[in-house]
Amino acid sequence: MNLCDECGKNKATVHLTEIVNDQITKLNLCEECAKKKGSDVEQHFGIADLLSALSDVEGGQPSQPQVPAATGSSGPAVKNKCMACGLTYEDFKKVGRLGCSECYGAFKVSLAPLLKRIHGAVLHTGKSPSPMSLKELKVNTKLYDELDAAKADLLKAVKKEEFEEAAALRDKIKFLEKKLKDAGKESLGGHKA
Amino acid sequence: MKVDALLKQTCEWLRGTGPNSDIVMSSRIRIARNLDKVPFSHWASKKQEKETLELLEGSVLGADLMKGSLLVRMSEIDDVDKQFLLERHLISRELMVRPESKTAVVGDKEIISVMINEEDHLRVQVMQSGFNLQECWRIASRLDDMLHKKLKFAYHNDWGYLTACPTNTGTGLRASVMLHLPSLVMTKQITRVLQAITKLGMTARGLYGEGTEAEGNFFQISNQITLGSAEEDIIDNLERIIRQVIGHEENARKTLMKQNREILQDKIWRSNGTLKSAHIINTKETLTLLSMVRLGVDMGLISDIDRRAVNELFILTQPAHLQKIEARILSSAQRDIKRANLIRRRLEGK
Repeated sequence: MNLCDECGKNKATVHLTEIVNDQITKLNLCEECAKKKGSDVEQHFGIADLLSALSDVEGGQPSQPQVPAATGSSGPAVKNKCMACGLTYEDFKKVGRLGCSECYGAFKVSLAPLLKRIHGAVLHTGKSPSPMSLKELKVNTKLYDELDAAKADLLKAVKKEEFEEAAALRDKIKFLEKKLKDAGKESLGGHKA
Repeated sequence: MKVDALLKQTCEWLRGTGPNSDIVMSSRIRIARNLDKVPFSHWASKKQEKETLELLEGSVLGADLMKGSLLVRMSEIDDVDKQFLLERHLISRELMVRPESKTAVVGDKEIISVMINEEDHLRVQVMQSGFNLQECWRIASRLDDMLHKKLKFAYHNDWGYLTACPTNTGTGLRASVMLHLPSLVMTKQITRVLQAITKLGMTARGLYGEGTEAEGNFFQISNQITLGSAEEDIIDNLERIIRQVIGHEENARKTLMKQNREILQDKIWRSNGTLKSAHIINTKETLTLLSMVRLGVDMGLISDIDRRAVNELFILTQPAHLQKIEARILSSAQRDIKRANLIRRRLEGK
């Protein structure tokens, strides 16, 4: 009877093969010790492994330099690297997480077949940011920027004891805040209808 | 300290009400969103993470739907508190790691929970009791609309919403339903049902999500595919499958009542008896026995306790909840005693 390598007491019923530092080790464990070890083992095989397995099907394509598509819709990528965040496709394969939204453009050539394999489709047909919300976002961003600037100016004015200026700025801040609040309300009302 | 307020209330998803609540514990919708051109959480620098956190905390708190919500910074609570939120399904395990730059915003009644700097910058989650995915989606989408007015999300015309992991790209939507399927387990049909579900592009997991066992006969079934179908279609698809599973569980319950009535009743009443008498009990045994008691309540065999009370026990008997109730750290052995006490008190209606 094979005894467990860990506790040396119970019968070994689970047989594990591990690769640590390029060395293959075989472990014969009883159920109890295998369970304890189980948490370590599971970590070795996660989403990254699965994704990397899927990526490799395409004839090793991901390890080749990324060629930005001629349409220019592709993001900036030089030698398999996202220029926006610096992530390489190899990094992605190891961790299973992309670096930023620009990576999708940078690794377009590899990601398109990967997405197809995961989802069976490559065209999003669901919800999208509505043109309305993008427009509001622009208006709101402008208002927020103005508000931030006014608040900074107010602090400066108070420091310099320019009280007339400060009062004017206070009124401006109030006005901007109200405008932002109203913009929020309007868009909500529109949504309900 | 902050999360103590939650201890006094019942989470919405445990109320035991809503459609098909005799089989469906809860429904949940999660959507993933990321800020455009900002590094995803896993690769972001400390400074970037902090900036994202500040921006998103403000935007989420400012949304109308989040009025009266509780802002919980992971850096400001201890491990028991984190575990407590996890047990209530308000946060994920991922949010507990590297807590410095992570926040959960828990909405009124714990229906909405927004996680910031999880795998994605934003994870919006909406939960309801019973089989009610449509309502979850309606709320989640409304909050998403509100956030769209303040934030520019990463979006690609062909690929939809861009997420840190390509398995969520597109809608960023995960719809899931927590089912209580004791009769399918007892009649040994569960493996076949779960296999069929997997073949249809759905996945089944245990009570606490990824990698957890199906303890207490609870199974979380959710969509796997997020790209190519509209949100409503993904939800509709899942609903059709869930309806089938509900039908199978109903039939299995009827069959058990017809063919093995005495055995079934014996199991249910013995479970009830053990829970009412035990002085030491661990989590696993608790879940197994509570599952039988819940079945008894759902089949009208046990009438002196309601479904909500049983549902609450599933969560209140979890390790962090017991420690929050006692307001101190308890060893595993101490918890087993406190757990048995709590169950006895609750089941006797005291």
